[in-house]
Formats: sequence, C-alpha cells, structure tokens
Amino acid sequence: MSVTLCGVELDNPVIPASGTFGYGYEFAELYDIDCLGTFSFKGTTKEPRFGNPQPRIAECRSGMLNAVGLQNPGVKAVIGEELPKLGKVFHKPVMANVSGFSVEEYAYTCARLDAHPQVGWLEVNVSCPNVHGGGMSFGTDPAAAASVVRAVKAVTTKPVIMKLTPNVTDIVSVAKACEDAGADGLSLINTVQAMRIDLKTKKPLLANGTGGLSGPAVFPLAVRMVYQVYEAVSIPVVGLGGVSSAEDVIEMMLAGATAVQVGAANLRDPYACRDIIAALPGVMNKYEIKTLRDIIGGAHG
Amino acid sequence: MKQSVFTITENAPLTGAVYRLRLAGDTSAVTAPGQFVNVALPGLYLRRPISVSDASDGQLTLIYKVVGKGTEAMAAMAPGQTLDVLSGLGNGFDVSLAGDAPLLLGGGIGAAPLVLLARRLRAAGKTVAVVLGFNTRDEIFYENEFRAMGCDVTVATADGSCGVPGFVTDALPEDYSFYYACGPEPMLRAVYDRAAGDGQLSFEARMGCGFGACMGCTRQTAAGPKRVCKDGPVFRKGEILWDA
Repeated sequence: MSVTLCGVELDNPVIPASGTFGYGYEFAELYDIDCLGTFSFKGTTKEPRFGNPQPRIAECRSGMLNAVGLQNPGVKAVIGEELPKLGKVFHKPVMANVSGFSVEEYAYTCARLDAHPQVGWLEVNVSCPNVHGGGMSFGTDPAAAASVVRAVKAVTTKPVIMKLTPNVTDIVSVAKACEDAGADGLSLINTVQAMRIDLKTKKPLLANGTGGLSGPAVFPLAVRMVYQVYEAVSIPVVGLGGVSSAEDVIEMMLAGATAVQVGAANLRDPYACRDIIAALPGVMNKYEIKTLRDIIGGAHG
Repeated sequence: MKQSVFTITENAPLTGAVYRLRLAGDTSAVTAPGQFVNVALPGLYLRRPISVSDASDGQLTLIYKVVGKGTEAMAAMAPGQTLDVLSGLGNGFDVSLAGDAPLLLGGGIGAAPLVLLARRLRAAGKTVAVVLGFNTRDEIFYENEFRAMGCDVTVATADGSCGVPGFVTDALPEDYSFYYACGPEPMLRAVYDRAAGDGQLSFEARMGCGFGACMGCTRQTAAGPKRVCKDGPVFRKGEILWDA
C-alpha cells in the first residue's frame, strides 16, 4: 500500500485533511494514529486567529459547509505548544498546512515550520474560501499563486505542496503556474464556496454568509479536477474532496492522485481514516490491484 | 470519548415537543453530569449533539426538544432500533464546586442535563434548590422528578400560567452556595448578570464534529478561544465573555 509523496515514503496513501484532524490528539484518544500515511495539521498563520463569528457550521444533503476562518494559535504557539504534543501521539513525518494574507507572511510561516524536524511537507493553502484578503485570492490567479510558490521555495528545504481551490474557471492554469514556479506537489480540492439560507430567519445560515462545501457532495467534482490537473503537470497530486471509503481512495488514485486526503468524513466518523486503511487491502483484492503505486493515473489513456 | 451502538428502549413525548429517549448500551465514557453525546442519524451528514440527562450502568437517558430535521428523525425512532453514538463528550459540570446548598437553574430543555447533576449532588448530601423556567405550563417537564430526588423545586413560566410569573431570574432564591445553569443563551446571560455569586453555565452551539477537531463551535473566553464541544460546554462564570 506504500506510496512516495515528493520523495517521502508513506506506508499508505491515506492522509486526514487539514482542519478536520486538529493536531491529532483527539483522534489519538480513539486509535493509534501511526496507522495513517501522515496527516495534515490545522492551517497555521503567522499570527493567532480567532476565526469567524458563530455559526460556522451548516449541513446539506450529502455534506457540510464550514466557515471556521482559519482559527489557529499562530505559528509560534503551534511550534512551541502543539507540535511537541503532536510528537507524542504521532511518530511519522507530518504535513504542515500554512495559510497567509501576504506573500511575506506565507514565507515567514513556512520558513519556521520547515525548520521543525517532524515536518515532512509544507502544504501551502492558497485556497481558503472563508477569509478575506488572503487565502483563496492567491489561488484564483496563476501569477499570484506562483509568487507564493517562489517566496516559499526561497526560504524552505522541504517539499512544498500547493493546496488549490476549485473556485476557479481553469484550475489547470493555476496548477501549471505553481509547477513552473517550483512547487514540488499539488493538493486539490479545497472546499467549494457555498451557502445555505435559514428559512426561519430568511438570512444566510452562516454568520460569514458563505462557507466551504465538503463531503460526498463534492467528490465527483474533485475527481474531475484531479484528473485534469494530472494530465497537465508532472509533479505529484494529492487528491481530496469528499473521500469517504477505500473505493473513493482508489478512484482518486486512478484519476491521478499519488496520495489521498480524507476531510469531512473524520467529523462524522472519527474512525473514518483507520477504517478506510483497514478496508483498502480487501478492496484492492476485489479489483485485482496488487500495488497502489501502479494505479496512480490509471484512468488516463 | 467512545463510539458505540445503543439500543432504544423508550422514545416518548414528555410534552408537545420534548421527548425522552432511553437507550441501553455502554455508558462507561460518561464521567460527569452535563456532558453530551453526538448521535449519527440515517440520511443526515453531521451527528446531532444532545445533552445527557441521566446515566447509570448501561442506561442512558436523553431528553430532547424537536427543533429541526435531526430531532424530527430522532422522534420518529422506535424501541428496538439502534443508534450510533459518540458518548462522553465535553467537560460537564464540576460537582466539587457545589458547596452545601447549590442552586440549579434550567431554562426549557436546559433542564435536561440538570437531572444527573441533581442526582449526584443529592447523593453527596447537598441541599439542592432547582428553578425551572418554561414559556408556558404545557411545556413543563420533570418538576416532579426533581422533587422526588429531594430537591426544593420552583417553577417559573414566562406567561404566568404556572408558578412564579417570569423567567428563572425572577425566581432566584436568597441563599445558595454556588449555581449551575443551562438554557438558551439569553437566559444564561440574564443569570450571569443577575444571579449572585459564582457559577458554571452550560452553552449550546452548532457543532461539526463534537469532539474538538473542527473548531466549528469556538467561542471567545477570558482565557482565549475555547471549543464549546471539548473545552465546554460548561464554563465557569469568570471565563465567559459575551458578544457585544
């Protein structure tokens, strides 16, 4: 089941997605999280952030919306307080998810996390739909995304994976711009900008107005985008968006994903990733797959 | 926190919109009164957080109000059906703070988690006063159950149809050692402003996961951002900050 992501081997391709797994300790109360390929910890910014006002969570028929808004204690507290605790419950390289509001801020935060020995990859989020003046505004413009890549690559040594937004007309152009600027990998998709309206108040349900849609509702959209990006770039792609089962992991890999993240499913079922990993050998057997490495991009002609 | 399957043994209305759900299963993760469970329901993506009203060896009682799709689905379930439950969530009330004569304040469905709290406090020999506030007399539940535990119970109704006219804050007793409150946020704020002395208040929130992973239910406190699901739902009076 092992795969290699930007030069670092994973025992299996399953990775809890940023923002759905905290720093791992809540899940470590339930199971040994060393069974994971790795996990991407809560998005980190230079300064502490409270995030958006309440309510931040809504639901839909086959998924959920969130407008958390990058709540995190800031990179200094993440390194000083969270990562030492994370190191006690998880003993593999971890993926550090980073967000920012300026190119300089991305570089500052990435440089600090890059220096931490347990960080295996930097996942740079240019795709958060729930903050203003940062996040997604870098990921909707190929030139802006490329400027973040160059700034981060200049101050880091570890693989840089750019996390892309689906809220664009042409994700391939953003993906190619990131590759050309030196990104080591891409992860996609972040959540899809969405809204629910409360019939009682007749106003948007989320205090932020819009939120990011995730869960099974977005899976086919994510598969399509991973497929298109895989065609266009030669760096590894991490696929995510509504993945909920071992079958979904295999489908995402056939579309072109080297590794697969699981997000919203962790919130409904805290054992989701453990159970997906446990189910993978049986599903591989059913579809006559001997090694997962061999199926990456297998759906392409 | 524990994930396990419970079997419904009873699911019946106490009033027009308030139901009592009794479940059999593994209650070992429930360690304090005021904790909650997160219930997975068929066809709904997110679990629904419901406070634990009472728990003893293998028996779990949830009292819930039908307010939306999740609680409508719960109300339609029958004895014998099973539920996937995450139990032992949240911090719960701290009974060690009670003093000799604690006061319990419940607003509407907020009375539910006070049941196990009252039971624990009575078992510890405390003199327990309970003030329950409801909109109207038809919504009153568990007045007699609290009395049967030996609590001194006062009921207030907003429309004056039963007991003290007004809110729980219109029926506060003179002397008590510490208070515990659960109810809608306007009630909690009134209690915070008007009840003398120290207390613990239990909050509701829209939650994603219910166990601290998603940061969906965070509120600002005097000690920084806190997750209602994991660091709460019970907060000490001195920690609480209100929105402007």
